[in-house]
Amino acid sequence: MKLLGQNREPLWKEEFSVFANDERYVSRRQFAKFLVLTSFGMLVGNVWLLLKSVFLRKEQYPRQAIATVADLAVGQSKTFSYPTADDRCVLIRTGERRYVAFSQKCTHLSCAVYYSRDENALVCPCHKGYFSAQDGSVLQGPPPRPLPRIVLEQVGDALIARGVQVNGGSQS
Amino acid sequence: MRSHSPLPRQRGLTAISGALALIILLLIVQIWLLTASLESFLAGHLSVAVPGAIASALIFLACLGLYIFILRVDREVQQD
Ligand code: FES
Repeated sequence: MKLLGQNREPLWKEEFSVFANDERYVSRRQFAKFLVLTSFGMLVGNVWLLLKSVFLRKEQYPRQAIATVADLAVGQSKTFSYPTADDRCVLIRTGERRYVAFSQKCTHLSCAVYYSRDENALVCPCHKGYFSAQDGSVLQGPPPRPLPRIVLEQVGDALIARGVQVNGGSQS
Repeated sequence: MRSHSPLPRQRGLTAISGALALIILLLIVQIWLLTASLESFLAGHLSVAVPGAIASALIFLACLGLYIFILRVDREVQQD
């Protein structure tokens, strides 16, 4: 049947054929359409990553006082928020003159890590992930990447956060 | 102009199956590409995003080309 002079079957007849043979064509065609849409979805994902990395490169981190040197004894830790109120971090005094700070978000599935003084490591309670308290690198467990490190600066007695370093790539 | 001889049904089906297999292969590569780009992005290697997006766009265009090929074969077979 021709529809209004077009050289094609009407859509309903193309998609719901009465012939069993044609049915195979329909299912393959629809499957191909689904696959191409999936491919488009993945392209959108890649473009989204591209846009995010362009904007992340331009991101400026604030300077923020997070503690004073007198707040912590050696081996003690303290939590704070940086760069936004939703980004929880942990500050550790690992030596007489040495302070380090890391994001509290585990790189496995984002549970909050805590500093264990006994083990001298940052521990994730969810799946027993361990991170080094010296540099945030993974010691054991499922986390695939080190913890993002907060760049610190000491000005007089004050400890100032001034950037976030993800896996060695400086973003301060 | 080429003469229009409709494709026999069985050959059309084989051509479509071949194209589908290629699309699936490309899709597997694209999934791998997306996960690799995401992994590098989360690890702070931002420069990987550009080649990742370009390669993904090329793969999508190839899939689209194969889909258009499938539609054409489909139409030719229907004239059979
Ligand atoms: S969420 Fe931290 S180890 Fe799984």
